[in-house]
Amino acid sequence: MRITVTVDGTTYTDEVEPRQLLVHYLRERLGKVGTVVGCDTSNCGACTVHLDGHSVKSCSVLAVQADGGEVTTIEGLARDGTLHPVQQAFHDNHALQCGFCTPGMIMQSIDLLADNPDPDERAVREGLEGNLCRCTGYQNIVRAVRDAAGHMRGGAGPEAEQVRETRNVVGGGN
Amino acid sequence: MTSTIEPEIGRARLRKEDARLIAGRTRWTDNLALPGLLHMAVARSPMAHARITNIDVDAARRMPGVLAVFTGADLAGEQGSLPCAWPITEDMKSPDAPSIAVEEVNFAGEAVAVVVARSAYEAADALEAVDVDYDELPVVLDLEGAVADGADLVHPDLGTNASATWVFDSAEAGTGTDVERAIADAEVLIERTYRQQRLIPAFMEPRSVVVDPTGEQLTMWSATQIPHILRVMLAMTLSVPEHKVRVIAPDVGGGFGGKLQVTPEEILTFLVARRLGKPVKWTETRSESLLSAHHGRDQVQKLTLAARRDGTVTGLKVELLADMGAYLRLVTPGVPILGAFMFNAIYKFPAYRFACTNVFTNKTPTDAYRGAGRPEATYAIERLMDELAAELGVDPIEIRERNWIRHEEFPFDTVAGLTYDSGNYEAATAKAKELFGYDALRAEQRERRERGDTVQLGIGTSTFTEMCGLAPSRVLGALSYAAGGWEHAAVRMLPTGKVEVVTGSSPHGQGHETAWSQIVADQLGVPFEDVEVLHGDTQSSHRGMDTYGSRSLTVGAMAVVRAADKVKAKAAKVAAHMLEAAEDDVEFAGGAFGVRGAGAEAKSVSIQDVALAVFAAHDLPDGVEPSLDSEATFDPENFSFPHGTHLCAAEVDTETGRVTIRSYVAVDDVGKVVNPLIVEGQVHGGLAQGIAQALYEEAVHDESGTLTTGTLADYLVPSAVDLPEFTTDRTETAATSNALGVKGVGEAGTIASTPAVVNAVVDAVRHLGVSDVQMPCTPMRVWQAIRTGRTDAGGLGGEAGGGLGSINPEGGAR
Repeated sequence: MRITVTVDGTTYTDEVEPRQLLVHYLRERLGKVGTVVGCDTSNCGACTVHLDGHSVKSCSVLAVQADGGEVTTIEGLARDGTLHPVQQAFHDNHALQCGFCTPGMIMQSIDLLADNPDPDERAVREGLEGNLCRCTGYQNIVRAVRDAAGHMRGGAGPEAEQVRETRNVVGGGN
Repeated sequence: MTSTIEPEIGRARLRKEDARLIAGRTRWTDNLALPGLLHMAVARSPMAHARITNIDVDAARRMPGVLAVFTGADLAGEQGSLPCAWPITEDMKSPDAPSIAVEEVNFAGEAVAVVVARSAYEAADALEAVDVDYDELPVVLDLEGAVADGADLVHPDLGTNASATWVFDSAEAGTGTDVERAIADAEVLIERTYRQQRLIPAFMEPRSVVVDPTGEQLTMWSATQIPHILRVMLAMTLSVPEHKVRVIAPDVGGGFGGKLQVTPEEILTFLVARRLGKPVKWTETRSESLLSAHHGRDQVQKLTLAARRDGTVTGLKVELLADMGAYLRLVTPGVPILGAFMFNAIYKFPAYRFACTNVFTNKTPTDAYRGAGRPEATYAIERLMDELAAELGVDPIEIRERNWIRHEEFPFDTVAGLTYDSGNYEAATAKAKELFGYDALRAEQRERRERGDTVQLGIGTSTFTEMCGLAPSRVLGALSYAAGGWEHAAVRMLPTGKVEVVTGSSPHGQGHETAWSQIVADQLGVPFEDVEVLHGDTQSSHRGMDTYGSRSLTVGAMAVVRAADKVKAKAAKVAAHMLEAAEDDVEFAGGAFGVRGAGAEAKSVSIQDVALAVFAAHDLPDGVEPSLDSEATFDPENFSFPHGTHLCAAEVDTETGRVTIRSYVAVDDVGKVVNPLIVEGQVHGGLAQGIAQALYEEAVHDESGTLTTGTLADYLVPSAVDLPEFTTDRTETAATSNALGVKGVGEAGTIASTPAVVNAVVDAVRHLGVSDVQMPCTPMRVWQAIRTGRTDAGGLGGEAGGGLGSINPEGGAR
């Protein structure tokens, strides 16, 4: 099937197998290897990207479902060399160790903050329940998300933080 | 040139590693693509024990995109036997360990065929067409049953399921007295049997291997903790010349011991790529990882603690059965033996005996998992100390105080034959109690008990120590380990004054690039930013023993320090020449050489000036080689002994059995701290894994040996909602066994936390007649313990998913 997808601001048109997962399309066809695969049951969330402004686990979305859509990956967050506030907060708060879960964790955190710009500790933990980390014990991830929330207040954040309600997405975020 | 003023060691530097990782600029092995890359997939046995009667791969060979299918018969002549580097006794029984089964499978998940195709999808499709016929054999699963008379055998040719029995006896070793005498004379005996359930390391990055056979050196990229050991073992196992193999560990996404292995899949990818003459990649699925990557823990611990009525401990006897699984992997037999030195912990036992029998079963092989032998030991002794306290009606911390090594007694020779160099258990405990609000929580506990609250409060203590910095080579030799425990480093001074540090440690999330940069910045007086740390490639980092056992800082960074010392010594000769002074008159401070006592305004030369002068080499002293580059190999003289006091307050809902951790305080003494941010992160992550053992995780096999926790929906790696906010703090006594004064921190949290949590759970319901709950303390098990008042509520809740509803009266991994 032929699909046209905009990924991190560039529009691609490709022939794909109907069964190809979005994450494999991103990694193998487009070379967007910043997004990774951590499991095969959509428990770990390492593959989380944004599809039309909402977080999705890209191992649970077919590439063809992204046809006509807009995908943002971890590689498309920085603007003009400036990190997204959530990326910066993950660095500032030592919210990563091996870094394998980090792309998905950051993408999910941005989605969480779009829904709730000032989450308390509990809300952050619940919002990240679908993303597993084996290194950090989550404490510094929670810190980072709340720190980022502080920096993102006032709607001055970059485009990637903004949510556009365009359509329902199959295989949703959590 | 300016130099750093504030010492780098001790600074909470943000990590250098992060820049790539937060932006997705990562080099995981699976990210690699090479021209003509082929993809391998592995067909695995669904049977735990069976004879292979036929494998039909014709249909698989005809599948679209498939280039080759190989079975064990195809590779038998060249696969060798997977290495076990730790023959713990001279008579240890060790079966041949094929990477791919040839005639017989011994655990569910063992490789039986490999498919190579143009794409990973096509390889996965073709797996479905591999048809294997099996004749089932009796399955051996239960540890105690496996060593009973007349048991079915995993490897009949060995004649037994017992691989080896390893004994330490303090009377025989001359480190203490006879434990049987102590037991006979005991005023109080605490006898318990604890089970260490089987765990899965569950690193987040699935394992992946790429082999490129097209160059002069055959290159293997692997998601491994041990590129250096892997290279040696590939050479030894496959009889390939070592200098024709290069191993690279690129970005590696966690390991926790789980990637301390020479894996079947590394061997198979190597063999297949070599045979086809094309680069080949294998990346596992998560289910493959949980099923076939090595597991951890899995012991039955029979324990006898002797004491006087005043609470003084007089003897400890430990009898272990340790599950090896079906084969001995790289360090499988040695893992429980590492615990032998830690059961006595921080207490002054006069008599001690440890005996461990390693047992084969038809399950996934076990091997190192975070702590490796020491969490098991710490769990046992810290649970026993709480039981002794309960028996005597004494506060659990008080019972520990009566028995622990006092700070003025260091260095202390233990009954297990180690010398603890430093520590202060009183200080860590005092700080932990204060942060925890110990007395107030005890008061609340009393109040809730009196009120008969449905939610009861329990307080768990763990005053742990561990041995880190694996390891002095002479000790490893005495323990029959096949290799040494040294580490290597090199420091290269570049002409522009920048520094490259080459380390034999192989980080996979720890932050070595940052920590090593801080150390070298202090050593050479260069800016933190001017240091680049190279690792994980046998071509650039040609010597190493890699990363595990909390060894990187205590051993690896010490090699860096020694190499930097040599750089300074070489530079001093050149600097003296440049300053027209005698070498003895030259001193190095703040990154510059000057003449001693010449005053602040006197001429000095920076180490960068010297590096440039050496590069030019126009005017060097006679006999001085034009290079400052230096190497060092450091072999530690002793282990290091981090310790700490962890306190856990757990609320137990007596109506549902649900356990909620209300507060957790960890005060750790890890010696001098290079980067407090990294240390705190290590403690957090360690706590998460230790708490997960206490409450959530268990690898469960059903009665036919099938792993029923083969996905992350069943094997319960905790998420953010399952863990509390931790309170962490530190006390500090410097290690005297290394110049940095560091002790290691990678495993501390994991080792300490499991008993703290279970002690809290038991403490919450002890008044209801419960003296133990088997791990993981699932709601079902806790509820059952409360209902029946059984003293060892184990059985229930051993099913996949950790006791979320179904009932298996046999329980556990039976």
